[in-house]
Amino acid sequence: MISIIVFGPLLAAIIAGLGNRMIGNVPAKVITTGALFLSCALSWPIFLQFLGGHGEQIVEPIFTWVKSGTLDVSWALRVDTLTATMLVVITSVSALVHLYSWGYMDEDPDQPRFFAYLSLFTFAMLMLVTANNLLQLFFGWEGVGLASYLLIGFWFKKPSACAAAIKAFVVNRVGDLGFMMGIFGIYLVFDTISIPDILAAAPAMAGSTIGFLGARFDTMTVLCLLLFIGACGKSAQLGLHTWLPDAMEGPTPVSALIHAATMVTAGVFMVCRLSPLFETSHVAMSVVTIVGAATCIFAATIGTVQNDIKRVIAYSTCSQLGYMFFAAGVGAYGAAMFHLLTHAFFKALLFLGAGSVIHAMHHEQDMRYYGGLYKKIPITFTTMLLGTLAITGVGIPGTQIGFAGFFSKDAILESAFAAGGHGTGAFYVGVLAALLTSFYSWRLMFLTFWGKPRWAASEHIQHAVHGDHDDHPDAEDAGHEDTHAHSHDAHGHDAHHGHAAEGTAGYHPHESPWVMLIPLILLSVGAVLGGFAFHHAFVDPEGGAHFWEASTLFFNEHLMHASHGVPLWVKWSPFTVMALGLIIAWLCYIKNTDWPAKVSAQFYLLYDFLLHKWYIDELYDLIFVRPAFALGRLFWKGGDQGTIDRFGPNGLASLVVASGRVTRALQSGYLYSYALVMLIGLAAAATWAIMPK
Amino acid sequence: MGDHAEMTQSFPILSLMLLVPMIGALACLYMEAQAARWIALGATLIDLVLGIYLWLHFDMSAGAPEWQFQEMHAGLFGRFSYALGIDGIALTLIALTVFLMPICIGASWEAIEKRVGEYMAAFLFMETLMIGVFAAQDIYLFYIFFEAGLIPMYLIIGIWGGADRIYASYKFFLYTLLGSVLMLIAMLWMTRAAGSTYIPTLMAFDFDPAIQNWLWLAFFASFAVKMPMWPVHTWLPDAHVQAPTAGSVILAGVLLKMGGYGFIRFSLPMFPEASAHFAWLIFGLSMVAVVYTSLVALVQQDMKKLIAYSSVAHMGIVTVGLFAFNQQGIEGAMMVMLGHGLVAGALFLCVGVIYDRLHTREIDRYGGLAINMPRYALLFMLFTMASVGLPGTSNFVGELLSLMGVYQASSWVALVCTTGIILGAAYMLYLYRRVVFGDLTKDDVRAMPDLSVRELFLLVPIALAVLWMGIYPESFLAPIRGNVASLVARTERAKPEGDAKLVMGKVAPAAHEETEHGPAAGGESH
Repeated sequence: MISIIVFGPLLAAIIAGLGNRMIGNVPAKVITTGALFLSCALSWPIFLQFLGGHGEQIVEPIFTWVKSGTLDVSWALRVDTLTATMLVVITSVSALVHLYSWGYMDEDPDQPRFFAYLSLFTFAMLMLVTANNLLQLFFGWEGVGLASYLLIGFWFKKPSACAAAIKAFVVNRVGDLGFMMGIFGIYLVFDTISIPDILAAAPAMAGSTIGFLGARFDTMTVLCLLLFIGACGKSAQLGLHTWLPDAMEGPTPVSALIHAATMVTAGVFMVCRLSPLFETSHVAMSVVTIVGAATCIFAATIGTVQNDIKRVIAYSTCSQLGYMFFAAGVGAYGAAMFHLLTHAFFKALLFLGAGSVIHAMHHEQDMRYYGGLYKKIPITFTTMLLGTLAITGVGIPGTQIGFAGFFSKDAILESAFAAGGHGTGAFYVGVLAALLTSFYSWRLMFLTFWGKPRWAASEHIQHAVHGDHDDHPDAEDAGHEDTHAHSHDAHGHDAHHGHAAEGTAGYHPHESPWVMLIPLILLSVGAVLGGFAFHHAFVDPEGGAHFWEASTLFFNEHLMHASHGVPLWVKWSPFTVMALGLIIAWLCYIKNTDWPAKVSAQFYLLYDFLLHKWYIDELYDLIFVRPAFALGRLFWKGGDQGTIDRFGPNGLASLVVASGRVTRALQSGYLYSYALVMLIGLAAAATWAIMPK
Repeated sequence: MGDHAEMTQSFPILSLMLLVPMIGALACLYMEAQAARWIALGATLIDLVLGIYLWLHFDMSAGAPEWQFQEMHAGLFGRFSYALGIDGIALTLIALTVFLMPICIGASWEAIEKRVGEYMAAFLFMETLMIGVFAAQDIYLFYIFFEAGLIPMYLIIGIWGGADRIYASYKFFLYTLLGSVLMLIAMLWMTRAAGSTYIPTLMAFDFDPAIQNWLWLAFFASFAVKMPMWPVHTWLPDAHVQAPTAGSVILAGVLLKMGGYGFIRFSLPMFPEASAHFAWLIFGLSMVAVVYTSLVALVQQDMKKLIAYSSVAHMGIVTVGLFAFNQQGIEGAMMVMLGHGLVAGALFLCVGVIYDRLHTREIDRYGGLAINMPRYALLFMLFTMASVGLPGTSNFVGELLSLMGVYQASSWVALVCTTGIILGAAYMLYLYRRVVFGDLTKDDVRAMPDLSVRELFLLVPIALAVLWMGIYPESFLAPIRGNVASLVARTERAKPEGDAKLVMGKVAPAAHEETEHGPAAGGESH
């Protein structure tokens, strides 16, 4: 059964990808989407079995992969609680994103390729989560990287998309360097790279030391940190995060699936999968906590000033991944996985919602040109509102009532506080980040859906209104959608009279088709109920111990007990900052809309610093990209041509010329001289050979 | 010599594999163009079939003899003999050769229009010599094949090459000359000392460690150029740029592998002490090669030069793996050689495909090919990813094992060489982006048709082989396993100590404290 779940999407990808224009759009879409819904339908029963406590860990071998010396790696599919959780996340979001893409990519001339990539991605991600050894994990890891590269660069005519795709791949490779070194080190230390074997042997290695790069370190710290570098790359943690915002160049369904719900959580998954390994190194755990907390606050600060709707959500993703990491760092792996699950639902929802807004606004992504959209696209608005309530963690502390993020984020913050040490610091940082989360999320909502329309200033909207309707099939369904909108909408009326009200420029945003709305509605069910439904299994001391038993995840019951006993102010602080963020956002973007401009003018330097994303891209460009090209040119012109060739072959040639021989004679005679030398050599050998012994 | 004379094979298949292309070559010389093409294709296909036969009948079981398909005619050349025979390492390289040859003939089908008969003859003659290199069991027979194999290559570059072909062949000549003379002198000394020219005998002979260093350096001079290793690599980009497409395929696919094969066959088993002594030299040059040539590849404007520089970087991974002195390292190096043979060959074919259409190798002249050449874009993407070492493709398995092997020798070397995966991704994706992605703005580029059926027949088999090697490399690891194991056992006595030196701690749970064991502190090492 697990084989069908994993290989179905691969098969679909191959058919759709190779068939491409031969089989046409609809068959390609039906096959890929069908395969995903099938995988999804088969995954949920597995997850529910584990949820009910009847799940069994199985490893289904396929065939040998790499065998060399004592290294023996097989292709195999592993199913346990951790896998089952990831299975439902991946297949559910992927199936819904496939469906959504029917609508979103409807105008695209290249749809089979798009769907093939999506399915290929899903296959690679499934291989990643079913891996029973580090190498197959790495296979999936690189496979999702490839799919991500292809999908970011899907609109390959755009130079910015190509650049973003390369950046994503190369930055991820920096992390992969760490991952690969980690695999090498693990093989050296444990003589195997099978995950269960490593985890079983890990505790015995605690306290051992190893030589690495000429110095001696604690073995487990070195190994864990190397692997964690890999996790930082894939999960866009501070330092290696720069590719994620740029990845928004890809189509929005891709951002929802890959750059929010699934691929970027692979790093968190890896840390949880190998949690017994990380538990053996206190230093590594501290590093995970600190990096997670730092990313969490860093990305949130940038998210507060971005204007592109997708970039706000991208930085939000980065920040939420930080939460997951510091949860893992303090030992609350269950909470990390829980947030991974809820985040997948509400963040995919927010991205797909943003896609729906972008669809409605004729590909305008700048929120400064939105405004007043809630009446025009009510279903998108409602679902995004639910998503926002989920991400900001709305709920009543001390009760079981709340949206998904309320359960998972609070579980993280409480366990961080309970863990003490670096965890306490992470708690304060996390609370501050929660304030920012609430602020930027509501800022997004207010700028997009509230206020007066500011569409007229947008070039995309101008385009849509003045001509070239023909290349944009929106015109066809506009009639239908308009009447739909008008029945609700009083303002729509005066927009209808040729010359429009100032802000709208006569443009009529319309709600997306049902294939796009249904995924939104289903995801919002997850965003509303996901926390309530699963918190017992994921983070409750008893429930969690039972649930995670059938997996490699290290479930710290003590910590989860302690997290339930934190002081009341700790429990209330996330709620308080959430409310505070909402109020500030309301004051700035509804009540006094001139405040943001004033504040940014007042604190110009800070604003500029944040707007330019802490100037990290510029810094990297200065210290890595430019020097690489400069060194390349130096080595080429100065090394190969200026030194090696100059004193080597060319130098010899000029010596020969100087000694009176004509170059031409040498050059035309070179072959013969070579043959001559070789013949002389052979003659010498032959003479020696024929001589009597 | 006489003691090996009785080992004869009932059916001399290796000789037949040498003979078929040779006869084909002679026939081509007297044929007109179209007939020569068909003869060449026929001869290479027959050799491919023979190669498959060889593979299927090669005994890979645990107790199998190390050398199989042996032929021996001692009296033929006085003191040295016509001795053929293969082990698993030679088998895989012969398989690579016979697999690539029909593809090379196919690639030259339309591209070569002048002196077709001679051209095909040169290629067929080269096939004989390449198979000879891998099958020779007598050191002088090896030398003849090894050196003579370059003559057809010179001709191919010199007659059918590009505008600067003279300079390119001159460089090629100069570099190779020095190495081969030194190697010949070393061979003379060795056969005198060991009293045998039979390679298996020499492989088991223990040369005086003091003299080993000189012999090793003499062989190194030849193999390092062939490989090529930095800093004697500069002939390669020029040779590639000037060579016709099929010439580049064979050069990258097979000729470069002769250097690695030489290290495996001669340097390591015959001079284990010297190999250990000079491992640092190999590591140093390889680390420079990986970083240096990758950066140079990043700034190239000429597609063939870029791929040529990337070859040098990949060969750096091969050499570090070979001198890791362990199973993973050497098997990994073999896998990189095989994988690179396929992938670099395929990439040169990809360049050839668009060169045939637009007659320029300048990267910036292209762009947007994904629009009008989607099949080409797909295959080129596959080979790009294989070159980058994506898991599931041939090169990944090799790079992984090779680097894993070298990590056990030195974590520094592993770290520096692993940066190759970052730089490799950068230069290959940058190339792909400029050629295939982007908008289709140039009219002459827009007019380029997608892959023809003939071109698909060239590229698809390689694509399938690349995936096969990546997904089920066991087919390629199984034949070499035993030979690599005996090589590792042979060099075990000289194996340098790694830098990891795992020291077990006191009983857990003291995990938090930085333990203070110095390298000298005792304890149970793993």
